[in-house]
Amino acid sequence: MTNISLEPIDIVRGQPYPGAPDNWKRFFTFSTDHKVIGIQYIVTSFFFFLVGGLFAMIMRGELITPEADLIDRTVYNALFTMHGSVMLFFWTFPVLVGLGNYLVPLMIGARDMAFPRLNAVSFWMIPVAGVLMMTSFLVPGGPSQSGWWAYPPVSLQNPTGNLINGQVLWILAVAISGVSSIMGAVNFVTTIFRMRTPGMTWFKTPAFVWAVLGAQLIQLYGLPALTGGAIMLLLDLTIGTSFFAPERGGNPILYQHFFWFYSHPAVYVMVLPAFGIFSEVLPVHARKPLFGYRVIAASSILITIISGTVWVHHMYASATPPWMRMFFMVTTMLVAVPSGIKVFGWVATVWGGKIRFTTPMLFALGGISNWLFAGITGIFLGSVPIDLHVHNTYFVVGHFHYVLYGAIVMGIYAAIYHWFPKMTGRMYYEGLGKLHFVLTYVGTALIFLPMHPLGLMGMPRRVASYDPEFAYWNVVASIGGFLLGLSTLPFILNMVSAWIRGEKVGNNPWRAYGLEWLTSSPPSVENYEQLPLVISGPYGYGKNQPLVSNIPNPGLTEFPESLPKSLMQETTS
Amino acid sequence: MMKLRAILTMSVYAILVTFASFWMAKQSYSWFPPEASAEGKLLDDLFSLFTGLGTFIYLGVIGPFLYSLIFHRASKYDLSDAPPIEGNTWLEIIWTAIPLALVLTLAFVSYRTYEKMSIRGPMELVHLHLPQVVESAYAEPFDSTPQQEIQNAAQSASVEQIDVTARQWAWVFHYPEQDVTSTELHLPVDRRIRFTLRSEDVLHGFYIPAFRLDQYLVPNQEIDFELTPVKTGTYRLRDSMYSGTYFAANQTDVVVQTPDEYQRWLADAATQTPSPAFNQAAYEYGQTSEPGAGSTKDKVAVRGWATIPPAPPPVVNYAPKHEPVSPPA
Repeated sequence: MTNISLEPIDIVRGQPYPGAPDNWKRFFTFSTDHKVIGIQYIVTSFFFFLVGGLFAMIMRGELITPEADLIDRTVYNALFTMHGSVMLFFWTFPVLVGLGNYLVPLMIGARDMAFPRLNAVSFWMIPVAGVLMMTSFLVPGGPSQSGWWAYPPVSLQNPTGNLINGQVLWILAVAISGVSSIMGAVNFVTTIFRMRTPGMTWFKTPAFVWAVLGAQLIQLYGLPALTGGAIMLLLDLTIGTSFFAPERGGNPILYQHFFWFYSHPAVYVMVLPAFGIFSEVLPVHARKPLFGYRVIAASSILITIISGTVWVHHMYASATPPWMRMFFMVTTMLVAVPSGIKVFGWVATVWGGKIRFTTPMLFALGGISNWLFAGITGIFLGSVPIDLHVHNTYFVVGHFHYVLYGAIVMGIYAAIYHWFPKMTGRMYYEGLGKLHFVLTYVGTALIFLPMHPLGLMGMPRRVASYDPEFAYWNVVASIGGFLLGLSTLPFILNMVSAWIRGEKVGNNPWRAYGLEWLTSSPPSVENYEQLPLVISGPYGYGKNQPLVSNIPNPGLTEFPESLPKSLMQETTS
Repeated sequence: MMKLRAILTMSVYAILVTFASFWMAKQSYSWFPPEASAEGKLLDDLFSLFTGLGTFIYLGVIGPFLYSLIFHRASKYDLSDAPPIEGNTWLEIIWTAIPLALVLTLAFVSYRTYEKMSIRGPMELVHLHLPQVVESAYAEPFDSTPQQEIQNAAQSASVEQIDVTARQWAWVFHYPEQDVTSTELHLPVDRRIRFTLRSEDVLHGFYIPAFRLDQYLVPNQEIDFELTPVKTGTYRLRDSMYSGTYFAANQTDVVVQTPDEYQRWLADAATQTPSPAFNQAAYEYGQTSEPGAGSTKDKVAVRGWATIPPAPPPVVNYAPKHEPVSPPA
């Protein structure tokens, strides 16, 4: 930190110039500007979100009746495999990396990420890997049909016998996205450790940055295990090694260890940034400091550590010895403690606040309520006897969709709305935003809540057909699924039209604390004319003290003139 | 005066939440399929406890949250900030300590339930012929009935041995004493059953929802797995672990009978010559590979991709010629 100059930087420099901030063509170039890369990540992954969502809606169409009558079983199996893979590897991971990319340097007062070229390379691997995975629809035999876990021996069966098959393409795409994530993690961790602006000590660093740090540390220790496992699986599949193939003496359970050693902590890679978003959005729209900021920040790192020792809870039924079941039951339940601290902190933050139900606030509040529910069913699943009943049923599907859609996707929407004025200089439309929220919240409850009773009744996950006793809840879930599909329409309309002709708002329409609100909207190429010198903590609402000593913050003192009209209309009386 | 009102409101809410939690804990029993094994009763009690506590936590948090969202909103022209309360050490210690104590308790209770079920992993079971009953459990004054049922069944010295083989996509059950094979699982009631699980190809999951237990079948491994059916009736066995194309159709009936009926069924089956049983996967595969009137190929909107061909229908002594018929839960 100490060697960073506060002086304005020289424009004529050796690195590739990222293009003027008002030129839309820069989004299609190998730009090294973290803000361009951030938006590239967000838009690209949103495209894959729609693709994955389309797969889900076809599946819900199949499941609206008990028989397998809409699509062939092989197609259904390929769809749930691709739905999970696309949603995780090409939507949730990259969109959060995109938000982190955009926000972290701005929030810590840096001019860019530590390694801008590496950053651009990490991004451009995502569309490459995504297209590769989509290509598998065109090869003979179709895409992988082994689920997003790709458990051997099913993933090694290769019915066509071709060397180039859906499973091989799937492994390659996942490996490329893994390499991209590892490079991104190196970049984030270095940036957060080395490039915080003068005065920004650890406990003056925003909670979102802490959360991203926790998440990216998991990527660093966890992803090598998955990548190693994927390479062994590829070798088993192509040149006939015997790591996991039982008929050649391999051990398929070993793969599950490699897979879950990363893929459970991966849930925290996704949920920690969402936690960070909640922690940033609530104080702004409740006009109150984040309650227990230090504990909330530190609990992110605690989650990073504990989540490294929970992976066997996915394998209680995989012939694991009892001591393992018991050990991992205790560690799994312990994660509830730091997660609970955060929830209590958020509730205490809004308590006694001056709350405005803006769209980002609604999404953050909705996300927290869903996370509370998902966290409680998570404790159920951590208990070995309960898990042994619902282990491979829709109860689990309901649980993790409550986490991923209910909490994480809601958090992502909250972030996009909240920082939209920063990214574009314009305000989104509140009415469309609220419509989007209502459709999303109701849709989430309709599709994912019924999955819990279905699981308790014993409906296995991943089935293309099911017994008639499960029909009722499946119809409800399918309606919810179509509603969720519909909910993306007002969002897209809102984003596109507001970006083109939304109301122009100032640099800080929310009157928010935070370094990112001190610079122009959209920020200039180098973010700050002069690096901010931080002198107080990140959530100074109600304290009337400046955040930095060398940049005035007009947004905080000159209201109400700076408030956007839309906000004034939407506030409650 | 304000304080008194707040304490009153909170007490009334706490009482309401407590009632709701007890009610939900009671309701939770109705969310399950029939309770047909001793282990299932233990599980349902544990689940009910979790449901009660879970409801309590959920309502305990969501209540103040919603209250705040309704009553702590900024008025239209109020642009001031709320009081800058940044934390409260005591509150933070309390809401760390209580969840910690709670999850450790839940883990302990789960462990006790697990112990009572006497579910044991493959390592311990390979050469055991009498399940070890946990001695300390005897001394407990609150021994539950299901646990005694398990113990009584286990100590009756005659544990029923059944070999289970799974393949893509069929279940075959072998009763070694009578050398009888079947694609339908028949079990005597109130007897400890020991299954030896084998898979011929991929991972499968041996899951009978009415019994509440799930165990993977792993190729190249013999996994012993025990349970105690306590209620006669017909239930459904499902493959719970995704096993490829016809995974969803890999189901069969489980018939729990009185010991007499069970012995009659065994004796009867032993006299029959083995014949191919009905197999949904082989049936559907046969239809897709022969195009023509009424084939699946014409019915589905999208044609499928290549699949591993299903194994031919199993040839067994007791060979049902129809789909599983177990009644809905």
